[in-house]
Amino acid sequence: MTVFTEKKQLVAPGEVLAEGSYFPGENTYREGNKLYASRIGLAELVANKLIVVPLKGCYIPRVDDFVIGRVVDIAMSGWNVDISSPYPALLPLSETPAARCMAVRKDLTRIFNVGDLVMAEVIAFDRTRDPLLTIRGRGLGKISSGRVVHISPAKIPRLIGRKGSMISLLKKATNCEIIVGQNGTVLVQGRQPKNEQTAAAAMYMIEREAHTRGLTDRVSEMMNRELR
Amino acid sequence: MDKPEIKLIGEDGLRTDGRRLDELRPIKMEVGVLDKADGSAYIEHGKNRIIAAVYGPREAHPKHIALADRAVIKCRYHMAPFSVEERKSPAPSRRELELSKVIRESLETSVMSEVYPRTSIDIFIEILQSDGGSRCAGITAASLALADAGIPLKEIVAACAVCKIDGKIALDPSDIEDKQGDADLPIAYMSKAGLVTLLQMDGSLTEDEFNQALDIGIAACKKINELQIEALKQKYISVKEQAEERHESQGAAA
Repeated sequence: MTVFTEKKQLVAPGEVLAEGSYFPGENTYREGNKLYASRIGLAELVANKLIVVPLKGCYIPRVDDFVIGRVVDIAMSGWNVDISSPYPALLPLSETPAARCMAVRKDLTRIFNVGDLVMAEVIAFDRTRDPLLTIRGRGLGKISSGRVVHISPAKIPRLIGRKGSMISLLKKATNCEIIVGQNGTVLVQGRQPKNEQTAAAAMYMIEREAHTRGLTDRVSEMMNRELR
Repeated sequence: MDKPEIKLIGEDGLRTDGRRLDELRPIKMEVGVLDKADGSAYIEHGKNRIIAAVYGPREAHPKHIALADRAVIKCRYHMAPFSVEERKSPAPSRRELELSKVIRESLETSVMSEVYPRTSIDIFIEILQSDGGSRCAGITAASLALADAGIPLKEIVAACAVCKIDGKIALDPSDIEDKQGDADLPIAYMSKAGLVTLLQMDGSLTEDEFNQALDIGIAACKKINELQIEALKQKYISVKEQAEERHESQGAAA
């Protein structure tokens, strides 16, 4: 039983992480008695399980995820929504509060038109079926104001931080409302464009430097400098 | 077949470009050179200059090519019209089509495509300047681009060719050695798994020569694999160093 990597060490696909009876977690695989990384990321040992926290990758929907998407097409009884994932999402009419309204059923654009941005939750997804969305729930629905920022979905956990420390720092410093979609799309709503811009700049910085130490301090410094 | 008599190995045992028989050409790799692609890599291997771009996993188009249990992998090897001395027609030639197929197959072994069913992963290999062994350099770059895209891989595939010139086995043929030599043996190799994922040969080798060629080819692939890993990490290491240095200098100023 040996672990070959240090905590948070940068590893590339095919690198040996450990030997012995460790459990292969996310982005790792076992071959014989050895554990290998399968993605570029930071290796970590959690209890007896080895994982690689990815530094890049696409968004794979999970049930109950909160996402922000764009309506790309109107289907027979719902909307096709682009959630920047390899899998196109469907928001069925039956998952909207106005599902029984006859006028809406005749003309779906009364609720969403092509190009509209929507906050939604994933209610179903697996390997065989494309994700289904719902807007039944608090805070879900059409987005009418604010600024949308796209970052890599792999960096969303870093943007939120441990117990939400990073995101609350951003909210406090920029005085903006920040709503994070798990698919890498973030909505920023602030009083002034300057504040929204700073929040966006901070997010791009987090995306670029997610794997560095002392990031929180640097982000906070940058925001203070910008907003002074 | 009559070939003009050209000495490819000099009196001193060195090749036309001054290399020893078991020496690689200089290799330079860079990762993340394209913003719009999900993953990309640039390689200079001898005089080869190649950009590889990876898009995906993304929705498969047309839809009927999608597979229910894994991602489809598409690959295009293409030579720019200015990549060779005489202008090459930009339309895909028979050779390019064949190379696209063998490159795709050599990479498919390493990609864990079952993670993303019903999607497609698209690989584009663009030869900007061509030299000997461009398919190998293309594989090396494409695999690096796949890793950069964050696609799960068993490991990064490295590739290198071996040739026979003036009756001797030599590593990593240049353009002239490729054309004037007696045999050419491109190899793609997965170092950890010990798998040969591409093996082609034109010309003829005896069994002993073949075994010798395979051995030095595999050794070269292992070396190239180390360079690939280094290049992939370098992208993140340089960001990290810059960021932390900036932080320190600011801390000192304050």
